Amino acid sequence: MDEKIIVLENIVRIYQIGEVEVHALRGISYSIERSEFLAIMGPSGSGKTTLMSILGLLDRPTSGQYFLEGEDISSLSKDKMAAIRNKKIGFVFQNFNLLPRTTALENVELPLMYSNINGKESKEKAMEALANVGLKGWEYHRTNQLSGGQMQRVAIARALVNEPSIILADEPTGNLDSKNGAEIMDIFTRLNREQKITLVMVTHDPVIASYARRRLYLKDGQIVREELNGKVDSQASVQGG
Amino acid sequence: MKILKVLQISIRALTRNKMRSFLTILGIIIGVAAVIAMVSVGEGAKKGVEERFAAMGTNLLFVQPGSRQFRGVQTGAGGYVTLKPEDAIAIEQYCDAVAAVSPSISTRAQVVYANKNWNTQIQGTGEKFPEVRKWNVEEGSYFDESHVAAAAKVCVLGSLVKQNLFEDDDPIGKTIRINKIPFKVIGILESKGEQGGFFNRDDMIAAPYTTVMRRLRGVDYISSIDVEAISADMTAEAQRQITELMRERHRIAPGADDDFQVRNMTDVAESAAQSSQIMTILLGSIAGISLIVGGIGIMNIMLVSVTERIREIGIRLAVGAREKDILLQFLIEAIVLSVGGGLIGIIIGIGVSRLMKYVPTFEGITTVVTPGSILLAFLFSASVGIFFGYYPARKASRLDPIEALRYE
Repeated sequence: MDEKIIVLENIVRIYQIGEVEVHALRGISYSIERSEFLAIMGPSGSGKTTLMSILGLLDRPTSGQYFLEGEDISSLSKDKMAAIRNKKIGFVFQNFNLLPRTTALENVELPLMYSNINGKESKEKAMEALANVGLKGWEYHRTNQLSGGQMQRVAIARALVNEPSIILADEPTGNLDSKNGAEIMDIFTRLNREQKITLVMVTHDPVIASYARRRLYLKDGQIVREELNGKVDSQASVQGG
Repeated sequence: MKILKVLQISIRALTRNKMRSFLTILGIIIGVAAVIAMVSVGEGAKKGVEERFAAMGTNLLFVQPGSRQFRGVQTGAGGYVTLKPEDAIAIEQYCDAVAAVSPSISTRAQVVYANKNWNTQIQGTGEKFPEVRKWNVEEGSYFDESHVAAAAKVCVLGSLVKQNLFEDDDPIGKTIRINKIPFKVIGILESKGEQGGFFNRDDMIAAPYTTVMRRLRGVDYISSIDVEAISADMTAEAQRQITELMRERHRIAPGADDDFQVRNMTDVAESAAQSSQIMTILLGSIAGISLIVGGIGIMNIMLVSVTERIREIGIRLAVGAREKDILLQFLIEAIVLSVGGGLIGIIIGIGVSRLMKYVPTFEGITTVVTPGSILLAFLFSASVGIFFGYYPARKASRLDPIEALRYE
């Protein structure tokens, strides 16, 4: 558990909105170890979603360096970024983001299509991922026939199917009631403990964040404190920005 | 990403909006069907022209005025009046490879008999026209040398004109008025039938060329000379002899251009086919415009579709679709639309061209659907899809994944 899967060095992200520059991230330096379960917390506008986008290679930092499994990915081409999103990153969103009018199985197979895994192999992998989140028997249900909790589980299966290095979850329980939310968190906890999957989750809900092993607090685009198993550890890994 | 997989996804996306997809491809269907039907009319006319000329025989030659330069200004072929009746007489007299000649000059005129009238072509010919053109008189007789010499007001009716003016009456000996001048009907030509789709050869009246020149046109030249060579093998020799004689008669210096042209049936058939080819192209291009309009319809719907599916595009980008995967997906959707429309259009176009002859207005029209026109329409519709699908597809592929995922 000492291998660093993600290393961020002085990540800055500035948005240009018309004449105004918005400093979303003001120098984030941090590293995440393999099999970590990290929650990123902070008030809205603190930069946690921006950080998530950068971690997920949906966005590029304005400056600073980002190493994913030792590879510097701050200067990769768009196609390379897409390939890394496909192979190494799984996304789980607050609003599930499933394709409408398609079956659970087809949604889970989607990432495989873009890594040229087709036919029988693709179907087997997707079935396995759905079973992993407890949706065996729901493969051929259309997404609009599923409950919110089931939809989010389909999304988790889709994130898992390509055996990524890391799963990024953005408010995964935000659209669910507490019972379904707890179920989703149980799945995450199990995946992290039993299958050693690295999880990074953005949330503003302290109850949800308490499932994580480590919590990172952001404010105004900077890391303000870090907690490990409930203990405040404001010095660890935190550097100025 | 496999093309087949993308194709499957595209077809499913399109069948989700069946009515919209159908309305979108309707433009392409109509365009392709119109191209095929119109080109089939043009090709039918071309085939008719070719058959008509083949039927006239191969030992027929035409002498026509050529182009001539006058103080640096070049007139077009036939744009210069150089042929005189004397040229025709000389050709018959001095060229031994020539069997018969018939000078030719024509005009259009209003023809009146009793309470009926008709507008038709008045064909001025020599007395040997039936022999030269292999066109016999069915009733009565053709005019003779003396009628020609006297510029007599006699005429021979084409069967369609006979039908229109006299119906079942016997026209022989009756007097009709051509441009108010009385002409005596002395014969009726046999029916050649309708050929070539747009021409009816029976819609004409033959009269002595001298009469047409002097009484109807008021000119002293003729527009062409029909020449019959003594045999098909002798047409080249006849052509050579006529050229030599005409150069001498028109005092053309050695090395200077001819002011006339001698053409055999093959040449004439080719140029006639060429002019119907132009018609084919014209008809095809007009129909092709509707294909372009159909393409704009596809572009419009694809742009709507991209906007509707921004979230889907965001999801695909997030799970690892590259820009070119998205581009391909939407491009293939556009191509499926246009090619699907193209295939339906081909079937309808073939159907329309087959059924066209049963529509009263187009009675007797010949249509020929060629594999070339089918291929052309198909390739054109596919390229319309690529051309008009590219912009929306590129727009889709350039979306920012974060904004696309947040799009409501």
